[in-house]
Amino acid sequence: MLGFMYSVIRRDLLLVMRHPAEMVNPLVFFVLVIALFPMGVSPEASLLSQTAAGVVWVAALLATLLSLDILFKADYADGSLEQLLLTSHPAWALVIAKVIVHWLVSGLPLVIMSPLVATMLFLPADAIPTLLLGLLIGTPTLSLFGAVGAALVTGVKSGGMLISLLVLPLYIPVLLFGTGAVAAAVLGMPVGGYMAYLGAMLVFALMVTPWAAATALKVGQMQG
Amino acid sequence: MSWFESWHMPRWFYQMGSPKWFFEIGGRLQPWFMVAAIAMITWGLLWGLLYAPADYQQGNSFRIMYVHVPAAILSQSIFVMMAVTGLIGLVWKMKVAFMVARSCTLIGASFTALALITGAVWGKPTWGTYWVWDARLTSTLIMLFLYTGVIALNQAIADRSIAGRATAILSIVGTINIPVIKYSVEWWNTLHQSSSFSLTAKPTMPAEMYIPLLLMVVGCYSLIVWLVLQRTRNEILDQERQASWVARYLEER
Repeated sequence: MLGFMYSVIRRDLLLVMRHPAEMVNPLVFFVLVIALFPMGVSPEASLLSQTAAGVVWVAALLATLLSLDILFKADYADGSLEQLLLTSHPAWALVIAKVIVHWLVSGLPLVIMSPLVATMLFLPADAIPTLLLGLLIGTPTLSLFGAVGAALVTGVKSGGMLISLLVLPLYIPVLLFGTGAVAAAVLGMPVGGYMAYLGAMLVFALMVTPWAAATALKVGQMQG
Repeated sequence: MSWFESWHMPRWFYQMGSPKWFFEIGGRLQPWFMVAAIAMITWGLLWGLLYAPADYQQGNSFRIMYVHVPAAILSQSIFVMMAVTGLIGLVWKMKVAFMVARSCTLIGASFTALALITGAVWGKPTWGTYWVWDARLTSTLIMLFLYTGVIALNQAIADRSIAGRATAILSIVGTINIPVIKYSVEWWNTLHQSSSFSLTAKPTMPAEMYIPLLLMVVGCYSLIVWLVLQRTRNEILDQERQASWVARYLEER
């Protein structure tokens, strides 16, 4: 089974490498959305530093959301998803492998980019490690819940708008704890509790979402 | 899964899985719930709105509670009911269960919206504002978003049985997330709270204020059973229109 997951990960990463736009576009979107806020709200450093964590997190949520298409859509369209589901390996293993690829392609680059954009938004330097760590623990949870949404809308024609309606409400706890941790760090308060909650949510998502996404993929195959 | 296969639910459970049975039993139960709902809601509303004593702080504006509290309770109950019936549908492959879940969606969303609207109307004279980002208000708003997601997914898939399964998965994931959302919102609120209001510290109510509320809550539960039965029976007639018993039923009417 690990061999199966490894080969799925290898194949999907190879596919992404052949189309680097899939990796670059969410990242550009992330920076672009963040750049809109100083222009739309105010370039004042005092105001921006207060909203920085929220802006970075909301942008990360949206960038993750818009990149969910790469999870199953292409494989569904060319029929390889059906073949992958027909193998003797459990469907949840496929889901986990796909989520790992999705996180490596869309989540990890955002995490690496976040100190830069946070500095541009005048987030105090002491709070940046907290933001980084929060995103590092939080973005895999976003990919996992996103996988459920992406699996549910495979085969639905207007899936793009629909998926955001399904997934965004489920992202709210991650957003609250992620931004809460940064707010606490700015005030010099301990952030361990927030990180523990983010970690607990990741474990919780790992328990629930692979099953849900796998079931949803099988249901989607009935549509044919 | 041998333990699972050797384990059986009571007989009526499987019988309710038959659309015909559900339609007939539902039709027999429906009038009882209708009478109970009309009687208790009329009694509760009259008592609550006209005869219950005015609140010593809020005056008469507290009376909106008799609609607001049942609506808020039901918004959560219906979501859980939707997830439970969806799970039954997935596990026992019963299409009637999906039909019940489908009937719940719009009713639940309506009650959630009602809870938000009545809360806003009450908030204006009491707090001086229609909306605050209080933990309870926020989690009710998220609840409404969860409902709209479920409804949107259900509408987007044309095939009813596939839509039922997909919706069931979403509502199960949503339901196990409700506690997470609730507690995260509460924690977020208490950290940010500066000038908010506590909804939890209610003055203890005398019986003449409390009993009408109880009547309203039980009456509204009967109301949704009645409505869900009605909608599910309509759904059965629609989806089973090829069946001979439906043709016979429609002819007899």
